[in-house]
Amino acid sequence: MLRLPQFTLERPTTIEEAIQLVADANGRGRFLAGGTDLIPNLKHEFIEADVVVALGGIEALRGIEVTAEGGLSIGPLTSLVDIAESADVQRIAPALAQAVGTIAGPQHRQMGTIGGNVMLDTRCQWINQSHFWRSSLGFCLKKDGSACHVVEGGKRCVAAASNDSAPALATLAATLDFQKAPTEYGNGKRTLAFDELFKADGAWNKKVSADELLTRIHIPATPVGHKGGYAKLRMRGSIDFPLLGVAARLDVDGEGVIEHADIVVIALQARPLRVRKASALLVGAKLGAASYDDALAAVMVAAYEQCHPLPNIPGDHEWRQEMVPIYVKRALAAAIA
Amino acid sequence: MLAMSTPISLELSINDDRVRASVPAHWTLLELLRYELGLTGTKQGCDKGDCGACTVLIDGKPQLSCLILAANAEGKKVQTIEGLQPAHRKAGGVGLDPVQDAFDRCGALQCGFCQSGMMLSARALLNENPTPDRTEIRQALSGNLCRCTGYTQIVQAVELAIAESTGAEPESPSWSDGNPWKSTTSLSGKNGGDA
Repeated sequence: MLRLPQFTLERPTTIEEAIQLVADANGRGRFLAGGTDLIPNLKHEFIEADVVVALGGIEALRGIEVTAEGGLSIGPLTSLVDIAESADVQRIAPALAQAVGTIAGPQHRQMGTIGGNVMLDTRCQWINQSHFWRSSLGFCLKKDGSACHVVEGGKRCVAAASNDSAPALATLAATLDFQKAPTEYGNGKRTLAFDELFKADGAWNKKVSADELLTRIHIPATPVGHKGGYAKLRMRGSIDFPLLGVAARLDVDGEGVIEHADIVVIALQARPLRVRKASALLVGAKLGAASYDDALAAVMVAAYEQCHPLPNIPGDHEWRQEMVPIYVKRALAAAIA
Repeated sequence: MLAMSTPISLELSINDDRVRASVPAHWTLLELLRYELGLTGTKQGCDKGDCGACTVLIDGKPQLSCLILAANAEGKKVQTIEGLQPAHRKAGGVGLDPVQDAFDRCGALQCGFCQSGMMLSARALLNENPTPDRTEIRQALSGNLCRCTGYTQIVQAVELAIAESTGAEPESPSWSDGNPWKSTTSLSGKNGGDA
């Protein structure tokens, strides 16, 4: 059995109370949403907290709204199942609905939240283990150690970003509102473009700190010819984190000619990877025409060359690289379908 | 600083019983159920959300009690495997819940460790959709791991429960020469709770 370490639990009902409670914990406080990531990580003791601030009572953090411009404004506490099944999300942001529908298993999607998946911690075979297991092997860069068990001599943690929602939100050019307790220097609020959220350090792969609460996810309106898809490689058809995840976006004109294309890959490294050289090859191709088939073949090669999975999550990393072109093709097929 | 192990008082709804309990803040709902309330039908498997053995219904939806703080179950309706038959009887049924009865008759278990969670996931599915197809059944049970049965009889059990509840002819199971369900009527009543 894996028991949780002791902590003080707070159950605020407003954003302001929640961020103040975490601020008051001086770096030892954590926000708790659905708990499907934080609770196992606390049990494994690579995240430590004296104060856990449960967000479930904050109604302002819930809900999916269609904006006046035709985009989406999503409360981060909205459950994954509500995102996946939302007709508005399926229509405006199909890649997000598809990606979220593949996250973990049915129970996790009931409990887990979209904000929690955006803020998901990185994963590595050498960290998602009990404290006893990790202490036996020797601690690593992610927590308490100075060595990396994946990259010999590595100085920076390479634990993999494993959130299925991230590549979809990246292709959708989402923006994120964060809020922390106000100080004499400012009101604590800021908005980040989705691409600005991540950095290439698996120990903590976000550019926001743990006392900043994600308060809203904005997705701009997508054009009439918008198509989005997601394809996920995993060992089993359920429960598993991605061994590779590919989100594809195609915006086509009235004739079916691709005006804008974007492909973002997850579970390769500590941050999502945009394969820009690959997706650029699709622009100008026409769906259903020979030009698309030619472009697709070139895109698959280019994506393969740009993606380099590491041997730190299950599945042989060379096999995972071989799967990159296949899953790029599947994500595009899912977008067009 | 840290109020170590200070218990918090909770008022919960568990199997339609109002329950007062006092547990430390870091206890999960699973720990409350098993070690404070003695409801050991909910199984403690991986304890980190991989296996589904600890599945309970929260407001009718299958969730993992090993990943929910006991305190966060306040204000919600929790149903465990112990509540399945009473809920069936309360709704006017006889004997076991049809899902339990079908699992019994199909031998949809070997060690039985996954069974509580399996049956609760199946019950939640049938409450929402009384006639799911095989794909929908498999999807609904995909968060519950079974290491013994290979899932065949589990899916057949759910299909048997569906067939009997809709009055349809149950399909002959793959492991039987004849159709053992063919001549039987309202087995769930006959079999009763004594099976």
